[in-house]
Amino acid sequence: MTAAVPDVDPESVAEPDEVPRHVIRRGLRVLWRFVKLNPLPFSIAIVGAIIYAGASVLGTLVLGRVTDKVLTPSFNSTGVSHATTWNWVALIMIVAFMRGIGTITRRYFAGKTTWLGQAWLRRSIADHFLAVPLEFHRSVSTGQLLAHADADVLAATEVVNPLPFSTGLLVLIIFSVIALVAVDPILALVGVVLFPTMALLNRYYTRRVERPAAAVQAHVGDVSGIAHESFDGALAVKSLGLEDHEITRLSVAADALRLERIEVGRLRAFFEPALDALPNLGIIAILAVGSWRISEGVISPGDVVQAMALFTLLAFPMRVVGFLLEEMPRAVVSTERLDRLLAAPHADAPADHATPPATPADVVARDVHFSYPIGDPVLAGIDLTIAPGEIVALVGPTGCGKSTLCELLVGLDAPDQGTIRVHGLVPDRLQREARRDLLALVFQESFVFADTVRENVLVGTDHGDDRLEAALRVAQAERFVSHLPEGLDTMLGERGVTLSGGQRQRLALARAIARRPQFLVLDDATSAVDPRVEARILNALRGELRMTTLVVAHRRSTVELSDRIVRMDQGRIVANGTHAELLATDPEYVAMLSAYDSVAPSADDDEVAVDSVPRVGST
Amino acid sequence: MNRKNDAALDALAETAHDSAFDELVDRSHAHRSAPTPDADAETDGEDRAETRPSGGLAVLRKGVAVMPEIREGIRVSLAFAGAVAAGKLLIPVAIQQVLDRGVLHRGGFRATFVITACALSAVGVLVLMVLSRITYLRLVRAAEGALFSLRVRVFEHIHRLSVAEQNETKRGILVSRVTSDIETLARFVNWGAISWVVNTALVTGTLIVMAIYSWQLTLITIVAFLPVIPILRFLQRRQLVAYDKVRVRTGDMLGEFSETITGAAAVRAYGLENRARDRLHHRIQDLYLAHREAGRYFALMFPVGDMFGSLALAAVVAVSAFSGVQLGLDLGTVIAFAFLMNLLLFPIAEISEIIDQTQTAIAGWRKVLDVLDIPIDVADDPKGSSLPAGPLAICADHVDFSYRTGGPVLIDVSIEIAAGTNVAIVGETGSGKTTFASLLCRLADPTGGSIAVGGTDLRAVSGPSRRSAIRLIPQDGFLFDTTIRENVRVGRLDATDRDIEHAFVQLGLDDWLARMPHGLDTQVGERGDGLSVGERQLIALARAHIAHPGLLILDEATSAVDPETERALTTALLRVAAAATTVSIAHRLSTAEAADVVVVFDAGRIVEHGTHDELVALGGVYASLHQSWVGATRSQT
Repeated sequence: MTAAVPDVDPESVAEPDEVPRHVIRRGLRVLWRFVKLNPLPFSIAIVGAIIYAGASVLGTLVLGRVTDKVLTPSFNSTGVSHATTWNWVALIMIVAFMRGIGTITRRYFAGKTTWLGQAWLRRSIADHFLAVPLEFHRSVSTGQLLAHADADVLAATEVVNPLPFSTGLLVLIIFSVIALVAVDPILALVGVVLFPTMALLNRYYTRRVERPAAAVQAHVGDVSGIAHESFDGALAVKSLGLEDHEITRLSVAADALRLERIEVGRLRAFFEPALDALPNLGIIAILAVGSWRISEGVISPGDVVQAMALFTLLAFPMRVVGFLLEEMPRAVVSTERLDRLLAAPHADAPADHATPPATPADVVARDVHFSYPIGDPVLAGIDLTIAPGEIVALVGPTGCGKSTLCELLVGLDAPDQGTIRVHGLVPDRLQREARRDLLALVFQESFVFADTVRENVLVGTDHGDDRLEAALRVAQAERFVSHLPEGLDTMLGERGVTLSGGQRQRLALARAIARRPQFLVLDDATSAVDPRVEARILNALRGELRMTTLVVAHRRSTVELSDRIVRMDQGRIVANGTHAELLATDPEYVAMLSAYDSVAPSADDDEVAVDSVPRVGST
Repeated sequence: MNRKNDAALDALAETAHDSAFDELVDRSHAHRSAPTPDADAETDGEDRAETRPSGGLAVLRKGVAVMPEIREGIRVSLAFAGAVAAGKLLIPVAIQQVLDRGVLHRGGFRATFVITACALSAVGVLVLMVLSRITYLRLVRAAEGALFSLRVRVFEHIHRLSVAEQNETKRGILVSRVTSDIETLARFVNWGAISWVVNTALVTGTLIVMAIYSWQLTLITIVAFLPVIPILRFLQRRQLVAYDKVRVRTGDMLGEFSETITGAAAVRAYGLENRARDRLHHRIQDLYLAHREAGRYFALMFPVGDMFGSLALAAVVAVSAFSGVQLGLDLGTVIAFAFLMNLLLFPIAEISEIIDQTQTAIAGWRKVLDVLDIPIDVADDPKGSSLPAGPLAICADHVDFSYRTGGPVLIDVSIEIAAGTNVAIVGETGSGKTTFASLLCRLADPTGGSIAVGGTDLRAVSGPSRRSAIRLIPQDGFLFDTTIRENVRVGRLDATDRDIEHAFVQLGLDDWLARMPHGLDTQVGERGDGLSVGERQLIALARAHIAHPGLLILDEATSAVDPETERALTTALLRVAAAATTVSIAHRLSTAEAADVVVVFDAGRIVEHGTHDELVALGGVYASLHQSWVGATRSQT
């Protein structure tokens, strides 16, 4: 038994609260992984980004030259030829076109790299979920597993998208500094002072806002948690008159959220206008210094225009450069979390290639022990033999190990100690197909696929409708299915028809029966089915199909229909015999039966209404 | 498994269908057309289509009425927009002034002018920076204040609605009204709304400054820019559709993941791993393709705007070169123009982008505000009388009830129950027995007739008195995610720890409590999921008992309760029953057998009532029900 409890803190899913160390180096490793995965689109994106950067700097250069070669001469008496003007105008458009192509290429292919990376991660996660031992699914909540496929994947890959842009930006800054130096080293000095100041301010802002921004998310979670719980328990709130209590509870959380948002707003209000003002101050500095340099005759007005245009150009991207750094901790946390998830060991590959015989199975369990990674032993030495075709009822208090035994018997888990043989074969070592033909387990919580009735029953097999109908008949599901709007083709689940608990259970039962397993285990699989319907099911199983059956029972009627009863307590089998024998010899059994008596069948199942009490004018 | 399912549903709740709730609103206010069938994409499309300009204005008007803080916010944000726009416009003007009047002046370079102009501009930039900081902060404060009060008001209103109006689906939608809908609004206020005012001010300001410099060049700029608006709008609409598809497919993919995870045991048990893998990979690929499609529009959007910006620049350069002197322009003006055009491009792209966001936000706002319009049909009478202490008599007089949607549930129900009686109500699912019980604790009012408890019409009883004197224990006793102690305390908020312990002793539950891992301090988990249904009912019983109610209504759990808890429950119930009238919705034969009076509901009417023995002898509905019970549980003995 491989312990597969992942090292995941449920509180921290997709929240950057554990900012890791060496984040840049580890972040780059994360990036490299996705780049390596799809080198071609990534390279194209980088090329696009460089084209964009080059064309942008070229654009300011053109603007500067246009000032000197076209505009200045046309305003002093020199004049300018039409041809020159048209050439420069054409050049403006050509550069703009290049910039556009660069941007389109970069955006599309950077996105493509990201989405391909996401799809790849999600496929890995999907395959992983299907390969880990079932134990893993029981130890982690659905919400958390979904968060892996959703938020973690997004956070891990979201750094890939801005990478080409940032690369382009780096190129842009280098080109700009070169261009500035080429224009005038003194003007370049303004840039050398200003660019790092902006970058630092930006970085500082990002850091400062990180904590309150995470706190805002936490408060949003609090508020929606309270709203969820409060409306879920609306009945309790109302009948206990807790409205004011609940309103206070929400107000407190909502107010905390409000204050934290204002805190974020305060930081934003400080930094945003400052970040807006800095390039403007730079332009004014360029204007002042440039005017003086023009008067000295060192540079032309066009040079000053070009330098100012470069500043405008850089103002916005400088804001974005912080984004990559900002996202990096989140990406590192998420990627490493996914790595830990994907590192969880897979279930052992089945090794036994035997094909089981198509006759009712004999089942033998010898000294079976089992415990979950955390907690006391669940099974402490189970010895059980079931003869071919026998129907055995398994009874005992909640938590005595009945369900665990059922799962071991069909090979969903392997015992820690002891052996289980079905038809002489080890269930958990069987190939998937062989196990499917030999064994079937029906759970109390019956699972209905969001698919048609037919697909729900025949799922994963290639049987025809005759087998389907026979299974529905045995499971006593024929009648309600025929009343569904589209019969066998009715869609069930989230976007289709909702079935009652009893109907769901009978459908799940039909799914098992359609496979004609040689050993059928019903783990309280008929709890929501009317007892008389259940009796018909058991009789049909015994008569038509004659399969070896183990049924976990909570009702007198069920045990009475069984050939033999096995009573468990605290992981052990404490009594074994026919109903009559146990009635005579086991006082605990008698006490248990009388407790069963006091519990009437649930009214969840439609067959009760259809079959028993005649009713008119149902609503 | 159950818990896993719930968590999955929560995760998918974001994509919940809204039409059920909308229907509810529709029925109370016939101002909207019938909802279309619910599909995620359609619901959103519907939202957008519905946001006619007049509708948007109406929502705005209503929103301002509900949240007066907005009025203040709007004034502040206009000031803010002015400051930001002025800060940006300052630069091109400074460039023009310095170039034309300081550098290229006929009199040569004027150092003093250049220094003064640059210093003034720098001071101006700094002053406007401080100004926009102050106004932005005020704006955030006003907006957050408004959102806070809206959230609390809606939350409060929902709790004042009668429970009869709520069901599972509607509840999820109500939750999203106070969470995600308001969050969307908050995001919009913090970004979209500010963007609107700032960008509008910037575009207007830029055009004005441009026109002052040269109306001819302004005209050329506008003409060159005009085509960008329809093109951007077109691309944005396509992009929006494409992103809708991404959203839907993300939902599909997560749904498939969720099915695979919640059905993990079934997948293993039936060897369906390959099928599950194929389906998952398929969904993942579909999502990738949708992303790629949306990515095309995203990639095109900005460059297209940029191209038109350059076109405008080229046009201005050409015109200035050919006839700048005739038009009375000078170099500084043309260069200022080039920088001004830069200021136009970004706001235009952004405004057209936020138009759709605005529509979505307004639609969300409308939904939130609509909640406040659902009438509170069970209003407490503030001057209501108090119920006496001790067991309470019940008198139902020709009670009718029907839900807003659907036919009658109770028809002409009349019955008198003496104080202290132990009543069992039996009947098929849908016979009206649960509805009758909820009328007894006034979760809803009868649509006809009246119910008196303790001799007073329920509608004339004050809320606090009613809630402490009449207690309901629902089938799935809902618990808050805290300790057993705090869950009992909500039954009477001023109860001391001693009172709580005492309640368990009185009910004979001290033994049961001792078996809990941390006694009264045991955490019960979300919704009480850490405990069994029976255990939840025990705590709910203690919670009810601590207020010493005169009438206790118990909806028995239908699912199997393990025998030990069952025994504890029976004992505790007997002790509560000694001091109160009890009404049990019975699912257990033993409960009906032990009751003083059995009341049989069928199709919304009381068809029989009397003692168990009388009714069995009568040979009617109860006798047949009893027969099937006996047959089921004591067959073949």
